[in-house]
Amino acid sequence: MSATPRISRRVFLGYSFSAGALIIGTRLVPGELFAQTVAPGAAPLWQAGVYLGIDVDGTVAIIAHRSEMGTGIRTSLPMIVAEELEADWSRVRIVQAIGDVKYGSQNTDGSCSIKDFYDAMRVAGASARTMLEQAAAAAWKVPVGEVAARNHHVVHSPSGRTIEYGKLVESAARMPVPDAKLLRFKPADTYRIVGKTVALNDLDDLVRGKGTFGIDARMPGMVYAAIARPPVLGSRLTRVDEAAARTVPGVQTVVRLAEATPPYVFKALGGAAVIADNSWSALKGRDALKANWSESPNSVFESASFRQKLLATVQAPAKPLRVVGNVDAAFAPGARTHAASYYTAMLAHAPMEPPAAVAEFRDGKVVAWAATQNPQEVQTSVADALKIRKEDVTCHVTLLGGGFGRKSKPDYVVEAALLSKQVGKPVKIVWSREDDLQFDYFHAPAAQYLKAAIGSDGLPAALLMRTAFPPIDSLWKAEEQYGSWQAHQGWTEIPYRIANLRVENGPAPAHMRVGWLRSVASIHHAYAIQSFTDELAALAGADRVEYLLRLIGAPRVIDFGAEGVSGWKPGDVKHAFDTARLRHVTELVAEKSGWAKKKSGAGRGFGVAAHWSFLSYIAAVIEVEVNDRGEVSIPRVDVAVDAGTIINPDRVIAQFEGAAVFGASLALMGEMTAKGGRIQQTNFNAYPIARINQAPRETHVHLVASTAAPAGVGEPGVPVIAPAICNAIFAATGQRIRELPIAAQLKGARRG
Amino acid sequence: MITLTINGQRQTYDGDPAMPLLWVLRDRLELTGTKYGCGMALCGACTVHVGGQATRSCITPMSALEGKVVTTIEGLAAAGQEHPLQREWKAHNVPQCGYCQSGQIMQAAALLASVPKPSDADIDSHMAGNLCRCGTYQRIRAAIKAAAGSNV
Repeated sequence: MSATPRISRRVFLGYSFSAGALIIGTRLVPGELFAQTVAPGAAPLWQAGVYLGIDVDGTVAIIAHRSEMGTGIRTSLPMIVAEELEADWSRVRIVQAIGDVKYGSQNTDGSCSIKDFYDAMRVAGASARTMLEQAAAAAWKVPVGEVAARNHHVVHSPSGRTIEYGKLVESAARMPVPDAKLLRFKPADTYRIVGKTVALNDLDDLVRGKGTFGIDARMPGMVYAAIARPPVLGSRLTRVDEAAARTVPGVQTVVRLAEATPPYVFKALGGAAVIADNSWSALKGRDALKANWSESPNSVFESASFRQKLLATVQAPAKPLRVVGNVDAAFAPGARTHAASYYTAMLAHAPMEPPAAVAEFRDGKVVAWAATQNPQEVQTSVADALKIRKEDVTCHVTLLGGGFGRKSKPDYVVEAALLSKQVGKPVKIVWSREDDLQFDYFHAPAAQYLKAAIGSDGLPAALLMRTAFPPIDSLWKAEEQYGSWQAHQGWTEIPYRIANLRVENGPAPAHMRVGWLRSVASIHHAYAIQSFTDELAALAGADRVEYLLRLIGAPRVIDFGAEGVSGWKPGDVKHAFDTARLRHVTELVAEKSGWAKKKSGAGRGFGVAAHWSFLSYIAAVIEVEVNDRGEVSIPRVDVAVDAGTIINPDRVIAQFEGAAVFGASLALMGEMTAKGGRIQQTNFNAYPIARINQAPRETHVHLVASTAAPAGVGEPGVPVIAPAICNAIFAATGQRIRELPIAAQLKGARRG
Repeated sequence: MITLTINGQRQTYDGDPAMPLLWVLRDRLELTGTKYGCGMALCGACTVHVGGQATRSCITPMSALEGKVVTTIEGLAAAGQEHPLQREWKAHNVPQCGYCQSGQIMQAAALLASVPKPSDADIDSHMAGNLCRCGTYQRIRAAIKAAAGSNV
């Protein structure tokens, strides 16, 4: 097969096993274990359907089945296997998996790679270790209880004998696979890898320009394609003049791709594609096309009026999601109330590497190399589009130059595959930054309305909360206007103990492809709740941290299912909200930031926010400065993190450092807009993201040591940032920021 | 015909003189360490050195490179060696996804070549053209300062 990029071979075809190697793994569905020896001349590891193999020379190969987009997951999951295997980390090789259901979910999304695969990785490592110990005990004719695995060897302490793993492989492979329920796992205090800082597997490559991303993948004989796509979702190509495009040096031909029809899911959008000898010619040729497009029902999409519509929607009663007590009675005439509306702009993912893939259709099958968060969805979407079987789509996964949710939607891989079928050659799809921003799956604009009746203690006796935003669900059901799980995320899941609570979701139509962006609905929901909390604290004249702690209330485990919150099963204690942990991170961040000694005023302010998402408990204290031109800078962020068991602490810290920048970026300057249904921003000049001189200057991450189940770390750092910044701005200037981005709202603000 | 030196090797180019250096490096020479990010010199992912100066290869046409000396991330250090910035980038675990890091390192290398001991303000102004969506800026700053303490 031709899918062997020259420079990729080392990265992706990293390891083939010698005869007699031990291969062990955990099948997640149906959860059984198996071991097998590889027959002479057998296929390489990634076709073996397992997570772990040991070669006769002692080399340990561990499958990374999730996608590496910067979280370090390609290193962290193998660390868990290696720890339980009692392996020497320097003798571990990491092999990236192709898309295959046998690995379980590969959808690297939702901050759940460690949470969902921690147990499977431990079982894989511990099973192999057990079999190696049994093999050594059998060879030495000693009780298995007298031997122990230690750093790539099995040791028999009474006699002082040791034997290296590689020498045990052939006999270990014949041992029965242990019952997972009877496995002994290593005590945490003997860990040498998990919980320690381990450098990224790809670190040396990345500083030398040797990492292979989707945009770097090549296939022999490939051509390059750039597409003129429908500028308004749902518009159709009515006429195209190709003459100028065909005169661009390097352009080979122009072909049509049928426009997608709703539901859009992960379909290729369609349009006219320029096929060329290189990326530059493809882009130049595409820009030279003179295309006419039809109107679309989505041509009505205007961001300014859509904002008004969302803000009006949250003023009206809407679909109830969670009801406790009776808010209406509490809002009776004479009650002391406070209300506020919030709005957050549409956002684009803008990973530094735009969507990128190369694919070849040949003999009824497709081979693709893609920067994808979800290779199994690549298989499904490509198979659907080309009307072939999913098993006939092979998806190799490259490194991803950022993902943030964009690269879990494989429309761009479908484009490459469809075009390859048309032109009869491998096709590399070229997305410019303009393509990336205009044809994103956008984080939807959103509005919230909150109204509280304030009791004599200054705390809310009643709270009404309404949210409205075009839902992600519209990807599958175009007319859907309600948010399903997104309406719950960080919203119905409010942890405050309030006697009367009513949580609602109002309708909003989607005029663009809506997608999930790092931390998803928690972006706008945490912003609204944590801003409103700060407003109530200000009204009460209370210390913000103290007020937040009073609202969180006495430690308790909230069973959302028992409270009738949709999407939650009653009694789901494993995933329940433990308010003691949210209290703890709030107290911790206050302590670490020196909150008690902070004095806001004169253009300098401190703000706090706390939020629970992806099962992690996060609190932040942020310092801002507002200058006399109304510009905001962020000297310091403190963030406290309880994400349960931590595998690779430095990479977790890095995720929260990065999330502070990501959150500051969307708060300060993130805004995509549409006019006549067309996206108006086409590059970083119009859609700025935070630069080194705009990002938080110092982020201090305080990890809570925990043995609780691992929770998410990729996304949960984002939601607290925008509200903590805005609360700090209020402390600095007295001005409330109820809309994001902040942009120029502080021009002329008083300072102090 | 354009003749230039790339990573110490003489190269000749007879294609479209308007083609930016970025695509010649990536598509023709398979020097893919230099990345595309915006095509408009807005993000710095494509940064290389031309005559020792940090240069955005995405807007540098081949026609401007006759007789020039180009260095890419692949040629920053001699084979088997590493530039102090590469060493400190590793010591500080700077990269997350890593995509922008070639450009960041090339930009920083040009800074240290002209300002051996940069201040925070020097670093901010010199590095402000290089975007990192993962948000590795504070480690970039630390790594540059650490490298500045050594022989560049």
